[in-house]
Amino acid sequence: MTVVQTEVGEQTSERLTRSALIRLRFFRNRLAVAGVVILAMMFLLAFVGPFFSKHRWDELDFLALLQPPSQEHWFGTSQIGGDVFALTIRGLQKSLIIGLLVAVFSTGLAAIAGGFAGYLGGKVDRSVMWLIDALLVLPSFLIIAVMSPLYRGRTWLVFVVLLAAFGWMVTARIVRSATMSLRERDFVRAAQYMGVPVRKIVFRHLLPNVASILIIDATLNVGATILSETGLSYLGFGVQPPDVSLGSLIAEGTASALTYPWLFMFAGSALILTVLAVSFIGDGLRDAFDPGSNKSKKKSKAS
Amino acid sequence: MVNYLLRRVVNFLIMVALASTLGYVLASLAFDPSANYQGANPPIPQSTINAKLDNLGVNPAKPLLRRYLNWAGDVLSGDFGLSVGEQRVNEELSRRIWVSLRLLVLGSIIGSLAGVALGVVSAVRQYGLTDRAASVLSFSLLSTPVFLLAILLKFGAIELNNRIGTTFFFTIGEYSADFSGNGWELLLNRLQHLILPTLSIALGGIAFYSRYQRNAMLDVLGSDFLRTARAKGLSRRQSLFRHGLRVAILPMATFFAYSFGLLVTGAPFTETIFGWNGMGSWFITAVQSNDINSVSAVIVFSSVLVLLSGLIADIAVAILDPRVRLR
Repeated sequence: MTVVQTEVGEQTSERLTRSALIRLRFFRNRLAVAGVVILAMMFLLAFVGPFFSKHRWDELDFLALLQPPSQEHWFGTSQIGGDVFALTIRGLQKSLIIGLLVAVFSTGLAAIAGGFAGYLGGKVDRSVMWLIDALLVLPSFLIIAVMSPLYRGRTWLVFVVLLAAFGWMVTARIVRSATMSLRERDFVRAAQYMGVPVRKIVFRHLLPNVASILIIDATLNVGATILSETGLSYLGFGVQPPDVSLGSLIAEGTASALTYPWLFMFAGSALILTVLAVSFIGDGLRDAFDPGSNKSKKKSKAS
Repeated sequence: MVNYLLRRVVNFLIMVALASTLGYVLASLAFDPSANYQGANPPIPQSTINAKLDNLGVNPAKPLLRRYLNWAGDVLSGDFGLSVGEQRVNEELSRRIWVSLRLLVLGSIIGSLAGVALGVVSAVRQYGLTDRAASVLSFSLLSTPVFLLAILLKFGAIELNNRIGTTFFFTIGEYSADFSGNGWELLLNRLQHLILPTLSIALGGIAFYSRYQRNAMLDVLGSDFLRTARAKGLSRRQSLFRHGLRVAILPMATFFAYSFGLLVTGAPFTETIFGWNGMGSWFITAVQSNDINSVSAVIVFSSVLVLLSGLIADIAVAILDPRVRLR
C-alpha cells in the first residue's frame, strides 16, 4: 500500500537535516499527502463552514421537515426541521476537537507513565505495568459507558478526561520499552553522573529521543479516539443532547435512513473519511520516521 | 511448562476479581438506582423504594463496602442477584450468554482465519492485485466503526432482499419467531439470521489480522532460514508453509488476545442493530436503567472472556514456540 520511495541519494541526505529528510519522505508518500489534504478540508469544513452555512445547527425550520437536499438546505433537513448541513459540521467539529484533545492528553499521560516506568524500573515499573494490565482487562468502552451517568448534563470535557484516562495504556507500553533501551546509553549515564534529577532526565533526555513514537501514536490515537467517541455517542453514552457528535447524528439518522438517506449519509461519510485520513497520515509518519521497515520489505521482494 | 501455566491461571483469577470489583464499584458510584422509582404517578412512598432497593442489595444508604462484600459473596456462590425488574440475573445470563458467545466465537474464528489467509496471500504476492485490493479493503474497514459497518450491511441486505424479491438475509433477531420446521430448514433459518451479524464482527477482524499477518510474513520472507530451506531442495510452497508460516503466525496469537477486547466492544453495537438479545444489548439497557447487578454480571462475563482469550493465546504460543515450550 505504502508505496514510498525512500531512496534519498546518499549525497543529498548528508546535506539534509533529519527533520528535512523526514519531511521529504513524508511528502513523497502520496497517501499521506492525500490524508493531510482530506483532514485539512475536514477542519476547514468544520470550523470555517459555519460562517457560510445559511442556518445555525440549533435552529429549527418548521416549514421544512424531512426535506431532501436543496438550495436552501444543502444536506436536507431532519424530522424536526434541523438543517443537516449545519448539524453535520457541528458534529464534525465536536468529534475532531475531542479526537485531538484526547490524543494529546492520552499520549502525554502515556509518555509520562511509560518514561518513568522504563527509566526507573523496579517497583515503579512493576506497579505501572500492573496498572496497565489491569486497565486492559476491561474494554475502555465498557468502563466509560458505565461511568456515563456521571457526566450526563455536565460539560463534555469530563467525557474527554475519561476517554484520555482509559486510552493511554498501549502507547505507554511502547514508550516504556523504548526508554528501557535508552536507559543504558552514554548520554543518560553522563547526565546521571552530573547529578541531573530524575524528572529532568526523563523529560529532557529520554522523552525527546522517543519523540517519533509519540508523534506517530498521537496521530493514530486521534483516529482511535474518534472511533470510540462516535461509538459511545451513537449509544447515547458520549456527547449529550442537545449537543451533537457524528455518532449521535448517525444514531438519529439511521431510524429512517432507508427512505431519507441524507439523514445519516453525510455524517457517515465524514466520519469514515476523517478516520481514513488520520490513519494515512499516521502510516506516512511511521514510514517517514522509520524507513528501515520499508527497506526490509523491498529486499524481501527481490529475494 | 506446568509451572508457567499455573502462574498464568493464578494471575487470571486475580485479574477477574480485580476487574469485576472495578466494574461493581464504578457502577455503584455512577448509577442512581432510586431514579427508576421516581416520577411515578401516584408517587411511590420512600419506604417502599427503600425496601425495593434493599431487596436488590443496591440501597445507597448502606456503605459501599458492605454492598460490595454481599455481592461478591453471592457471586462466589454462583448467584448474580436480582435485576431492576426483580428477575434473577442468572436466568437472564443463561439465556443471553450463548447468543453472544455464538456471535463472538464464530466472528473471531472466521475473522482470524480469513485475515491470516488474506495476509499470507498479500505478502507472498506483494504489490499484486490481491495485495492492493486487500490493503484498500482493510484500510477502509479499519476506518469504519462497527456500528456504521453493521448499519451499512443491514441496509445493503434489505436493498438486496428487495431486488431479488424474497427475504434471503434476515436483519432482525436470532431466528424467526413464527418459524416451524426442523433439521436442515431450522439450521438454514438460523444461518440466514446469523450471517450478517457475524460478518459485521468478522470483517473488522479480517482487516486487522490481514495487515499484521502481511507484515509478519514479509519479515519472514526475507529471512535466511527460508533461503536455507529452499537451498536444501524444498519447493517454494513447502518452504513457505512448513517454515515460513509457522514463524510468521506466532505474533498473531498475541494479537488474538488483544483483538478479542475489540470484539467484545463490537458486540453491543452489532446486537443492538440486528436485534439480538445477547450480553451486549443487555449491557446497554442495563446502563440505561441503572441496573447495577446486571451491568456487573456483563462486566464479569467480558473480563472472563478477554482474559480467557489471553490465556488461550499464551498456551498457543507455548505449544507453537519451542523457545517457550522448553522453558
